[in-house]
Amino acid sequence: MAEPWWWILLAIAGLTGVSVVTRSFFFISERPLRLPAWMRRGLRYAPVAALSAVTAPGIFLRDGSISLDLSDPHLLAALAACLVYFWQRRSSMALPWAIVAGLLVYVPLQMLP
Amino acid sequence: MNMPLPGPPGAWKDPGRAGRWLARRVDAMAHTARHPLFWLGVREMAGVSVGLAAWAFMTGVAMVASGLTVFQSVLMSLTVFSGSTQLAVLPLLASGAALWVVWLAGFCICLRFVVFSLHLRDYFIFMPRGRRMLLGYLMGDVTYVLYTRHFPRPAQTPRQQRAHVAYLWGCNGCLWLSWQLMGMLGIFLGAALPARWGLEYAGTLALLALTCSVVTTRLRLLAAVLAAAVAVLTPGLPYNLNIVLAILVAVAACLLLEPLAGSGKKETARG
Repeated sequence: MAEPWWWILLAIAGLTGVSVVTRSFFFISERPLRLPAWMRRGLRYAPVAALSAVTAPGIFLRDGSISLDLSDPHLLAALAACLVYFWQRRSSMALPWAIVAGLLVYVPLQMLP
Repeated sequence: MNMPLPGPPGAWKDPGRAGRWLARRVDAMAHTARHPLFWLGVREMAGVSVGLAAWAFMTGVAMVASGLTVFQSVLMSLTVFSGSTQLAVLPLLASGAALWVVWLAGFCICLRFVVFSLHLRDYFIFMPRGRRMLLGYLMGDVTYVLYTRHFPRPAQTPRQQRAHVAYLWGCNGCLWLSWQLMGMLGIFLGAALPARWGLEYAGTLALLALTCSVVTTRLRLLAAVLAAAVAVLTPGLPYNLNIVLAILVAVAACLLLEPLAGSGKKETARG
């Protein structure tokens, strides 16, 4: 990681603040807090959008350009993880199994010359 | 050999304010732990904690594999205490995003907790602020689901309030312990595994699985697809502003389409 250590610590400190504030957001103050309706509706889509936005570049971007080549181990592993997740979605082990499946595809493929 | 015996406990040094405070906390904790619902909370959380523990382990491995030092990873696990946030900021930290973009991405992912907190307000408001914020901070997604399923409505009497608090401490204690222990194990093991295995990709795979798990309606699927497309198509923006742009576009599109899609009612029922 290229950043200085204090930069990382600052990022971690801020994220801790985010954790504390978001988890008790509506009960920090005794007075009830009112949000406009559009903002409350937006709350339903922001987490999924944020997760997808930070995930996608790791899967589809190689050195800043889009890779849609199906022989790319990144894509194959992502596909395997998705399939296993939706196959196991009722189980409480769905998330770990999906990651394991993805890694089982990715690790051997990327070690090939 | 005559060793001088210590005097009776009463003659010992005054424990001081911090000592007395700590003794009172231990008393209160012991009182809570004797409540039967404390152990019910522990049991219900233990039932789902196998999956959580494996998830925590993966998060730990992904954190060190992405280039954080062991110290930074341990610190992050202990303070941020949110698997999705920890994983989501890894690619941003590695690519030198602006600090506020890192925080904003973390904030957006934590917005689901804001929704929970609106619901939990009626449950928690009887506690003093410090107490309710501590309990809130220690709650994960699973605790929220278990707690609101077990107690469909807020506590009315002091007796019920004690039961609620005991159950929550049982859940939270069990979650915190299993999360941190397995996280640490993942961090130390991850640091020992060879880099050429490419385990840093575990973080991306974990995020992908997490994204799949929150795609529960058609509009959320649209949000996911749009956000991914915008983030991938605009990689040249400085400071990872493509992430911010992607979130804005996806949320705005869903807000505009929500009335047309007619799934507004279903969405309201969920959150």
